[in-house]
Parts: sequence; structure tokens; C-alpha cells
Amino acid sequence: MSISVKNISKSFKDVTAVNDVSFEVKEGELFGLIGPDGAGKTTIFRILTTLLFADKGTATVANFDVIEDYKEIRNNVGYMPGRFSLYQDLTVEENLTFFATIFGTTIEENYDLIKDIYIQIEPFKKRRAGQLSGGMKQKLALSCALIHKPKVLFLDEPTTGVDPVSRKEFWEMLKRLQKKGITILVSTPYMDEAALCDRIALIQDGKILQIDDPKEIVKHFPTTIYDIKADNIYKLLVALKEYKHSYSVYPFGEFVHYTDKRDAIDTKELTLFLKDKGLNNIIIQPTETTIEDTFMELAK
Amino acid sequence: MTDTNVIQVENLTKKFGDFVAVNAITFEVKKGEIFGFLGANGAGKTTAMKMLIGISKPTSGNAKVAGFDVFTNSEDIKKNIGYMSQKFALYDDLTVKENITFFGGIYGLSRKKIEEKRQLLVEELGLQNIVNELVGSLPLGWKQKISFSVALLHEPKIVFLDEPTGGVDPITRRQFWEMIYKASNNGTTVFVTTHYMDEAEYCDRVSIMVEGRIEALDTPKKLKEQFKVNSMNDVFLKLARNIE
Repeated sequence: MSISVKNISKSFKDVTAVNDVSFEVKEGELFGLIGPDGAGKTTIFRILTTLLFADKGTATVANFDVIEDYKEIRNNVGYMPGRFSLYQDLTVEENLTFFATIFGTTIEENYDLIKDIYIQIEPFKKRRAGQLSGGMKQKLALSCALIHKPKVLFLDEPTTGVDPVSRKEFWEMLKRLQKKGITILVSTPYMDEAALCDRIALIQDGKILQIDDPKEIVKHFPTTIYDIKADNIYKLLVALKEYKHSYSVYPFGEFVHYTDKRDAIDTKELTLFLKDKGLNNIIIQPTETTIEDTFMELAK
Repeated sequence: MTDTNVIQVENLTKKFGDFVAVNAITFEVKKGEIFGFLGANGAGKTTAMKMLIGISKPTSGNAKVAGFDVFTNSEDIKKNIGYMSQKFALYDDLTVKENITFFGGIYGLSRKKIEEKRQLLVEELGLQNIVNELVGSLPLGWKQKISFSVALLHEPKIVFLDEPTGGVDPITRRQFWEMIYKASNNGTTVFVTTHYMDEAEYCDRVSIMVEGRIEALDTPKKLKEQFKVNSMNDVFLKLARNIE
């Protein structure tokens, strides 16, 4: 196992940030911690990168214990924290040289590993890091986290606040790194990114809700979801919530995702009910479950 | 300007030295509309929004917001709009109640009105147990919902929301959008930026900025037809691809 976490708990004063969390990440796996702000993702990252002690439980990274062998872990992992943490007043090249030097290596030695990513910011290598755009900062931070050829890469919300195009490119980079044998633990609040991981853990309020392959995880959803649409979404939401058989009602893209308390819905009856509420152009059709649906059901 | 347009923008431009951050954008937003203002990082959204809320003077062009000119009446604009962003919303070291009182005061509401609004807000959001808690101790989702309500305290004609749901959990994100629908249903215009493309589908109309220009503007349905794709995510990828 590349990462092994057993019954880890961590509290800050009276807030339990991580509550009895256990999971394992295999060598070469791309594993996602999927959950919103405040779920405990960053605390887990900090414990695994030896920056924070857990109150309870044990953990190993690359077969090193996070407490006993913290020095070995620091030499063998790359960590990209959620906040941009490079030196703003050093240039792109200076930052990268700095990180290479503290790990006793050089840019040239491991250039192969970062080439893909670094080549995109190399034209700006004399620019100070503080002057870079968001996307470029992200690429520099990833290059710095990789320059000592780590066995395990920790990426804490690398795509938060990043636009869909840059997010897509970032995930393509991760896939290429994975092919080079690096184990990756990545966290994200974007549920659509979960589908790109080998396995995911859904996490909320410090607890893991479920761990599985993203394709499998949606199968845990207990019932059929229906896409419902009408001419006024706000009135539709209000009406569906009033409907006596409704179990869950969530806006979902251009549709509302609806589940019923009964095993099967009565489409005719529901259509009449909605028409009675003054809605028109009603569409009701079964739809596929997404990871986000599963997450909301588990977190309910 | 017609009665139904609450935002009217013509060739609005902002330059910083040689750099054209916003390049002659033209659009209008109708009363009660939910208008999605999308674009990649660095496309010029924030710069454009700053001009519309009266805190940055345009280099050229015209814009009227809530009937007021951005060049000559920016102070009136500020009184007639609500604004919330993810970076700045409420004061962490004040309680929920204190924040409401403070912002009510800033917006010039009477003590009586503030008291009324506070009771209404506490009831609608179910804040009974947390009204005396420090805002800093609340989960992000709560903060964002309260912050949105606070931006509506003075019953503005338009509310500007700058990435209001970033990092918020999926359920709260949807509760937030239900609040947006409700505001819109009551006639408030909502001008919103987001990186969640499913949220783009919730908007009445969506504009997409690429390198300072508005490259597309229509209903989500028509944009998907125009670009022959099935989701707003794909519309966005088609338009903004390969641009950094």
C-alpha cells in the first residue's frame, strides 16, 4: 500500500475535523477525496504529509510511519497545498531551483518528469511568481511539488476556483503523471472530477461516507431518479416539495432531480398535480444517477 | 433605456496601460432575469463587474445600472444594488445578528426596518440557534446563504454575486440556488458568475467572455443548439479552449 490510514481522528478545540477515518491507496493509484469545504480533507493531507499530529490512529505513506519516519516521508512525497505557497517575489525559475536544491537535486536531473507541465510556463521563467495568472501559478506549484521525483503526490484542491478549461487540462496532466508510476491523492469539491479518479472516498463533516470505484459508487443509490422540467423552475421546485410522495427535490442543470417515496412514480398523477399548480410544458423522464446525487443522498 | 432593462451596457471598455481587460462589451439584462456571467480565469469578468457596481471607472463606452450612469452616478448605483463575493462577505468576528445590524445600517435602513428584516431572515433561513454565534465559527455554506440575504436587505433592484458557491457542499449549493430563484421570482435581477457549469444551466441567459470580449450570449438552450453540444460545460470548452 502506498498510503494506509487507520482510524485517524483529529479535533481542534471542540470541533472534530476528522472522525475515525480509514482508507488505503494502492501503489500507482489516482485516489480522490471528494467533499465540500470543511469536510476535513486538508486536515487529512496535513497529517499524511507530517505537518500535523493526529489525536488517534495510525498512518503510513510509502510504507513510512507518519510520526516515526517523518523525515523519510518528507523526502518521498510532493505536496501542493490548497493555498498558493511558493515565494511570490522569486521568479518562476528561482522557485523551481530553490525546491530542487533543498531536496538535493537539480532541475536537469528530473526535467523529464516536469517537462510536460513546465514547458508551458518556461517562456515566463524570469517572471516573479506573484505576477503569474492563476493557471500558471498552479502549473508552477505542481512542477515544484514534483521536482524531487516523489513516490506519492498530495494535491489539496488543486482546481478550486479554476475555470472548466484549465481544470480539464490539469486532470489530463495528472493522468500522465499517474502513468509514470506516481501515486496521487487529490481532493476536490467538484463532483464531476470524481469520475476521473480510480477510486474515491466521499467525505463530509470529518467522516467518510463511502469508498469505491466512481462507476460503482452510483450503484449504491437506492432508487430511480427522474429528470423533471417545466416552464417555471422556481414554481416547479416549490410544487414538487409540496407533493405528498416526494422524497428529494434538487435543481440539477436544466432539470430538477426528483425521487419518490414509492418504488415507482405515477407519471400521469404527477403531471396532473403539476398542471394544477399552474405549470406547463412538463417533462418527466427517468435519468442516470450521478456521483453528486449519491453524495447528497449519503449526506442527507 | 426601456423600463424592463435594469442593466444596459454599450461598448464598455477598460484598459490598464496597453492591456485591454474588457474590450467593447455590449449587452442588457432584464428585470427579474437570472443572468450568468461566465468566462475563464483572466477573461475580464471581475473587471467588468467592478465597472458595473460603480467601483471602477470605464475607459470608454456607456453603461447604466438600475437607471444610473456608471460615469456620473456611481454612488447611486451602490445604493441600489446588492453585492456579495466569496472573498468578502460578512465580518467573521461579529455575530450573525451584529452583521445584519451593521449592513442594514450601511444600507441606510431604519432601526425598526432592520429589526423587521432580521426577524424575517432568522425565520426564513432557520437561524434561531445561531443568530448570536460569531460568523467565523459557521460553515461556509451558512455564511454564503446569510451573506446573500444580507445583500438583499435593502431590497435592491439588482444583486451581483461573484462566485457565490465555490467550495460549498452540493446540498447547500442547491439551497443557495433556490434562494436565487426566489429572489428572481420576486422581481430582483440576479447577475451571477460561477465556475460550476451545471449552474450555468439554471440561468435565464448566459454570456461567455473570452479575452475581454463577450463571445456568446443567449439562453442555455440556444447556446447548446448553436454549438451543437449537450451541456453548457461543452459550450464553455468549445469557446474557451486553448486560451491562457
